[in-house]
Amino acid sequence: MKKIMSGNEAIARGAYEAGCTVAAAYPGTPSTEILENVANYKEINSEWSPNEKVALEVGCGAAIGGARTLVAMKHVGLNVAADPFFTIAYEGVNGGLVVISADEPGMHSSQNEQDNRLYAPHAKVCMIEPSDSMECLDYIKESFKISEEFDVPVMFRVTTRICHSKGLVTLSDREEVGVKKYEKNVQKYAMMPAHARARHVVLEENLDRLRAYSNKCSLNRMEMNDTKIGIITSGVSYQHAKEVFGEEASYLKLGLTFPMPDKLIKEFADKVDEIYVIEENEPYIENFVKAMGIKCTGKEVLSVCGELNPHILRKAFKKEDEGAGYDVDVSLPKRPPMLCAGCPHRGIFYAMSKYKDLVVSGDIGCYTLGLIPPLNVTDTVICMGAGFSAAIGLKKAFQMGNVDKKVFGVVGDSTFFHSGITGLIDAVYNKTPITLVILDNSITAMTGHQENPGTGKTLMGEITEVIDIEAVVKACGIKEENVVVVDPYDLEKTREGVEKAYNATEPFVLITKRPCALIKEVRKERAHLNCEVVQEKCKKCRMCLKIGCPAITLKDGDILIDKAMCNGCELCKQVCKFDSIVKVGE
Amino acid sequence: MTKSLLLVGVGGQGIILASKILVSGLMKIGYDVKMSEIHGMAQRGGSVTTQIRFGEKVYSPCIVENSADLVIAFEKIEAVRWLDKLKKGGTLLVNDYEIYSLPVLIGKEEYPKGVIEKLKEVVEHCKVFDAFSVAEEVGNVLTQNIVILGALIKALGIDTIDWVEVLKENIPEKLHDINIKALKKGMEL
Repeated sequence: MKKIMSGNEAIARGAYEAGCTVAAAYPGTPSTEILENVANYKEINSEWSPNEKVALEVGCGAAIGGARTLVAMKHVGLNVAADPFFTIAYEGVNGGLVVISADEPGMHSSQNEQDNRLYAPHAKVCMIEPSDSMECLDYIKESFKISEEFDVPVMFRVTTRICHSKGLVTLSDREEVGVKKYEKNVQKYAMMPAHARARHVVLEENLDRLRAYSNKCSLNRMEMNDTKIGIITSGVSYQHAKEVFGEEASYLKLGLTFPMPDKLIKEFADKVDEIYVIEENEPYIENFVKAMGIKCTGKEVLSVCGELNPHILRKAFKKEDEGAGYDVDVSLPKRPPMLCAGCPHRGIFYAMSKYKDLVVSGDIGCYTLGLIPPLNVTDTVICMGAGFSAAIGLKKAFQMGNVDKKVFGVVGDSTFFHSGITGLIDAVYNKTPITLVILDNSITAMTGHQENPGTGKTLMGEITEVIDIEAVVKACGIKEENVVVVDPYDLEKTREGVEKAYNATEPFVLITKRPCALIKEVRKERAHLNCEVVQEKCKKCRMCLKIGCPAITLKDGDILIDKAMCNGCELCKQVCKFDSIVKVGE
Repeated sequence: MTKSLLLVGVGGQGIILASKILVSGLMKIGYDVKMSEIHGMAQRGGSVTTQIRFGEKVYSPCIVENSADLVIAFEKIEAVRWLDKLKKGGTLLVNDYEIYSLPVLIGKEEYPKGVIEKLKEVVEHCKVFDAFSVAEEVGNVLTQNIVILGALIKALGIDTIDWVEVLKENIPEKLHDINIKALKKGMEL
């Protein structure tokens, strides 16, 4: 049966067809939909883990226990999971272990564009790269087989254009492979130094076997056409290259990219006159080819920054330019992302924006948007969890420099469970007088509403315990009097909370509790609520515009509220000094 | 011959659903299809595009400068933002509808005037319609994307397929009637 599927859907299908039985992930664009789709296959026990390190460790345990296991994450997630990633290569697997790294050349929604192909030689794991949805499905099945045959974890490296592009795929039935027998073997599965030394040698032997396989396996293939130009490429770059060069060039299309197929590359190089290496970001393939003493052209003409596309390749290699297209003389306003109408984060950011000397360490999530006008609250954003820990560092620097500045660290509920919790423990332990703000909107909102340990539901839809953030905070040692919980829709209470936090001299936690405005049930519940401007009373002071709500517009001098967008959070009503905003639809 | 379509607009307008329906139709008549979507940082408010390429064999999922056969804008200044992707002589469909971005809402930047006139001046094949009013007439403004889909299908001239059937397969049953109405109205635009 043929279906149109995104790369992420096809990966999930491939895992299903391969008889995978365990899967774990933490959501992150562009990888999120992999586990969301895996969860539709009840044969696979799948979970959202609190973070990528936990997901991979669950995966390692499951694979050692004999299950074919899939673990998915975005590129920066692999940094979090790097610790177990390196050691599981030494231990090898029992059931096949496939770790998806969804990289993001172009950084459409990420904080950097690291090329995780470089992880493969560093961690000594097999790497496989598909170039479209059909290959996502087929190669996942191959990956499980390779993982088991060569006793290595497989890193399955995809990019946004693979994850989020849809293409045609042919489906097959699931192959039931069951769960392999587990046998205790501490020399293999317990990495104390003496065992690890021996396992390192075994790993190198396995990689040698795998290198021989890489030279002859069908995932690495030559497509011979005209031999004046030979293109070595992998992943989506192959598709762009085919689009531009068609049959004018021959291709060495690489699917298994660590260990690299040295003999095959040599053989291909002997058959063509000139070699182009076409790849995004780092010169991963290029450096290998050059180290073999083979001349090639790559990053001399291609940038290491951003995504490739056919236009870039045409310009770089063929010196062709499409020329000028249509051009209209209109100056365009920017369209940056913004906090949604009725977003509960708006209230707390608005209250914080009143303290101009406040230094705010932000984090990854919707609330990263607290940095844009008109709220302008956030100073720094580094990575998941750094909202708290970077705040500690900022405070320390200020203390050392005798600067009296208050520091707030901001994380969301999902981020708190991910890695905020350790920063909280640090602040308590090292007595750093900062305020930790936990924006609890009862969902992982940024990636599209995934459940987390605070939501009361698992990925597979089961009802579960809710981890009580306030109780955790107190258990970590924040004093009772230094915890304040507020509803961010209540501006007065939120202001009081921020004031108390601002004046605190000890580690302080401010929790804002209000579900995301886009959660289905919330939308239903608030569908008939909205605010309205009483035009006769409106003094056009524009105070309400300062909260940056997309539902409030200034049109021809009048302030208007878009009824369809507004959910009646009443923040605008609370900042209006003339009582000219009223709530309707109670 | 591979054809490239670019659908542009603002998050929350239903661009991805409209694209999905179109793609499942194209697939049914035997085309190789690739669809690529970039959703920005936020659920709502950011610029959203989907790229659809179909033909006998499609390689790259990306539409690049001057190569889209058809650009369809769900919001009118998004038409301007993405105009450089339109092939010379290509078709531009524009929904005459305004969504203000944050800088405009707070009075920092201005929403430009006379956009439609300027687009018509420059682009030979430019068709403008008001899908919001049509959707309102149909009875639900949320069907605006399906009205636009109808206009797009008509512009593509692919009529060897039962689009109503395709639509039904992609949306919940209780919304069938109103969306079929919207699609048909859109095809008359």
